[in-house]
Amino acid sequence: MSSRDFVRTLPAGAGLSAQRPFNMLHLDPLLVLPLLAIIGYGLVILFSAIDRDVSVLNAQIARMGLALAVMVVAAQISPRVFLRWSPMFYLGGVLLLLAVLGFGTTVQGSTRWLDLPGLPRFQPSELMKLAVPMMIAWYLNDRPLPPRLRHLVLSLGLIAVPAVLIAVQPDLGTAILVSTAGLAVLVLSGLYWRWIGLSALAAVAAAPALWMAMHDYQRERVLTLFDPGRDPLGAGWNIIQSKTAIGSGGLFGKGLFEGTQSHLDFLPESQTDFIIAVVGEELGLVGIALLLGLYLLVVGRCVYIATQAPSTFGRLAVGAVTLTFFVYVFVNIAMVSGMLPVVGVPLPLVSYGGTSAITLLAGFGIVMSIHTHRTW
Amino acid sequence: MAEQLALKDAQRERRAFRARILTMFGLMVVGVLVLLARLVQLQVIEYEEYTTRSEENRIQIQPLPPPRGLIFDRHGVLLAENRPVLSLAVVRERAGDLDALIAELETLVTLTADEISDFFERLDRRRRSYEPVPLKVTLTDEEIAALAVNRYRLPGVEIEARLVRHYPFGALFAHSVGSVRRISEEDLRNLDDPVNYSATRFIGKRGAELFYERSLHGRVGHQRVEVDARGRVRKVLEVHPPEPGSNITLHLDSRLQIAAHGALGERRGAIVAIDPGTGGILAMVSNPGYDPNLFVTGLTQAHYDDLISSRDIPLFNRATHGTYAPGSTFKPVMALAGLTVGATDWERTIEDHGWFQLPNQDRIYRDWSWTPGNSGGQGIVDLHRAIYRSSNVYFYELSTRMDIDQMAGFAAQFGYGQVTSVDVADANPGLLPDRAWKRGAKGQPWYPGDNLNFVIGQGALLVTPLQQATVAALLATRGRWHRPQMLLASDEPLVEMDPPPPLPDVEGPTAEDWEKLVDAMEAVVHRGYKGYRQNGTAWYYIGRGLEYRMAGKSGTAQVVSIEQGETYHKEELGEYERKHAWFIAFAPADAPEIAVAVLVENGGGGSAVASPVAREVIDSYLLPQRPADQVADQVAER
Repeated sequence: MSSRDFVRTLPAGAGLSAQRPFNMLHLDPLLVLPLLAIIGYGLVILFSAIDRDVSVLNAQIARMGLALAVMVVAAQISPRVFLRWSPMFYLGGVLLLLAVLGFGTTVQGSTRWLDLPGLPRFQPSELMKLAVPMMIAWYLNDRPLPPRLRHLVLSLGLIAVPAVLIAVQPDLGTAILVSTAGLAVLVLSGLYWRWIGLSALAAVAAAPALWMAMHDYQRERVLTLFDPGRDPLGAGWNIIQSKTAIGSGGLFGKGLFEGTQSHLDFLPESQTDFIIAVVGEELGLVGIALLLGLYLLVVGRCVYIATQAPSTFGRLAVGAVTLTFFVYVFVNIAMVSGMLPVVGVPLPLVSYGGTSAITLLAGFGIVMSIHTHRTW
Repeated sequence: MAEQLALKDAQRERRAFRARILTMFGLMVVGVLVLLARLVQLQVIEYEEYTTRSEENRIQIQPLPPPRGLIFDRHGVLLAENRPVLSLAVVRERAGDLDALIAELETLVTLTADEISDFFERLDRRRRSYEPVPLKVTLTDEEIAALAVNRYRLPGVEIEARLVRHYPFGALFAHSVGSVRRISEEDLRNLDDPVNYSATRFIGKRGAELFYERSLHGRVGHQRVEVDARGRVRKVLEVHPPEPGSNITLHLDSRLQIAAHGALGERRGAIVAIDPGTGGILAMVSNPGYDPNLFVTGLTQAHYDDLISSRDIPLFNRATHGTYAPGSTFKPVMALAGLTVGATDWERTIEDHGWFQLPNQDRIYRDWSWTPGNSGGQGIVDLHRAIYRSSNVYFYELSTRMDIDQMAGFAAQFGYGQVTSVDVADANPGLLPDRAWKRGAKGQPWYPGDNLNFVIGQGALLVTPLQQATVAALLATRGRWHRPQMLLASDEPLVEMDPPPPLPDVEGPTAEDWEKLVDAMEAVVHRGYKGYRQNGTAWYYIGRGLEYRMAGKSGTAQVVSIEQGETYHKEELGEYERKHAWFIAFAPADAPEIAVAVLVENGGGGSAVASPVAREVIDSYLLPQRPADQVADQVAER
């Protein structure tokens, strides 16, 4: 053991008394504070995006409160429990996905929801965003790394099963995100770069086949990305309006609550997936850069935590949560600014809605659990 | 095995992981930089372009319709006003499935097939995006309520408040004040300044509304508004108000118009009354009429079909467009022609046996008084008697002493064959035949027999009631011309007021000739109790109990054809083959205040049928008027 490891096994918070309440709650202040800043920033922007409707804001605050509570609870649980229960969590998730296919609720042509008695309607696919990376991390935990080919193949299988189940709902966006989370674990496990490169080549080669397999509306989204003008009132509308909102914000924006694109309803989905355009319009490049900075703080802290984690499972789980979190941020902003096709990815911790925040903060709860439980 | 795995090289793996995750962190930082680069591109480099787009989204220029100028009668009674109505319009861009929407709307409001087809026609025209396209102009209170309740499931449906034309007198002034109709595609093409009509839905199509369209319309205004993505106005940023159209006052006298309309009753025909001193048109009736408000509020297809296919052609303005043979009402003009060219004088007499024959011709031309049982004729006839007895034979004989060029040339001074009015929209010039016309139109020379038909106002000669009223006014002024005119006054100079040059007064007759002619025309009305074939032709019908001196002339025109593009309904030939009854008159004879022409289509004898109508009109104008409040009541009732 290195000396640093010795230091870290000292009773937590010995040096800094201000950190004591955080430590007692198994929370990491350097992670919690930027998260709270993002949530607070998000609430302000949301307040503008919903035209200062206090009741909607209160609902969102309640959801965020719930999500934070989930995070705190998750942080109290020993990483050993997560490790032990990962397979069951994963299996349960897959069963729920099968249940969705069997008797899920269909909304707008997609069967994504489960209405179980006594529970609010929920999307089991959302659980898989956590369950899949944890499962892969569990699987690789006591295997030599970088993974052997057979472990890799099995891991890919573990990713593919839920991904396919989600893709046929159809919910390509979530399927990709779930796969991304699982693949993130594999990448972090030290997978040879040449294998990664080969897979990337294979993916490019498979693109035409993927294109053929896509639904019309999905193809339309991709085409729209390259030429929003092809259907300016239909599929291209969202992207034209979001680019207009962001672009017209300039460096410093039009001022909070002053965005015309969002307040005159030109900007669609301004409270959910496209909320970053509200930031861009009202607070400008500076406003978005500030938010990106906060995200980068979270990511950076998590990267540090990952490097400090004592076990393979811990490292991989923290790394996967971090990577997926960033992928969400990147995909969302790239999509709204017209660099990626429109896929249903909310902006983490800012977009209106609770499900994604709960999943994300539960993930950060696990991160802090891994960081603050020293003896496992 | 498991043990061996558990003892895998933890240090090495940790180092590998650290390298790997730091690489990933590096990639994430690169990702953030990529995003920032994209944002710099959008927010700094392309900032201007997106700002413009955002403003274009937000700001719309909306045209504002000018309120149409009001039309008053000479006493300030409103003849055409603007009334607010709530109308139904659809914004195509917000409506989604139009057919479904229309089907839905049909359950809530009454939509005619016309309204729907008009709507789709307008939809195909060039228009701004998010511009509401009108579907139904006037909504009832019930319809408004039904729409309000169901609004949430009617995307793109708008209820607009607008001012539309309203004619408080309904059909009464349909042919004089005229009417506005919906602007057609063709109208738009013909406009000098289509931009000025960008907010206008209706355009003057008949009567004064047509002639004074440019002044009544006004100038379009516009406003800059902030709109949301649904095209709804959130804020008005800047208003350039429209300039309202000019108000105009017409010579029309609504009281006289009501009286004239009442005097004609249900009969087909026309009345035009003119103030001889000014040429001002005091009344203009064409019967049957129609309610011009229907063209504003929406006409059902069935109703419209009725209007255009009716044998009685109610949309047709008989007063200005209907051309008829003037019959004996032409004789005063021919009397003056004869005097002017020296073909006759007041002393010369002829013997009227009731018929006339041209030398070397077999054809017998009969006097109107000729009957199989009595061919006695009117006896010894001079020009005076030839007028009050309306002797055809005298005029037949007179016409043989004149050349058609002399007669037509003289008649032209009275406006025959021309439009002399200042501001009567699309007035028909009628037809004044002469040698050249006959050669051109029929390829025939002018025969002596044509003179005979011409001189008694038959044959090819065609006039409108407006022209005959103008002639009556000219006789009243003893040849002094005042072009007939609708407009009495306006708030400001009107662009249309580029009056044609004044017409030269009638040349030829001496002052004595004029007075004697008027005497003869007074005898038509006032010469009575003289015995068989000695009274004025109209005396029996209107001459008794007349409190003022009236000069008049009856006429009975044979129906050769009705030049109105009508199809000929043979089964009704009887009624529509009857003669047209004419009467022209002015009064008081020595200081005329009003000149009138009355035409009753297929009415029969001019004296019996048309002269009482003329008297009723002149009575109501000259005799002590009912108290003003009574008129007001009558106006209010309508």
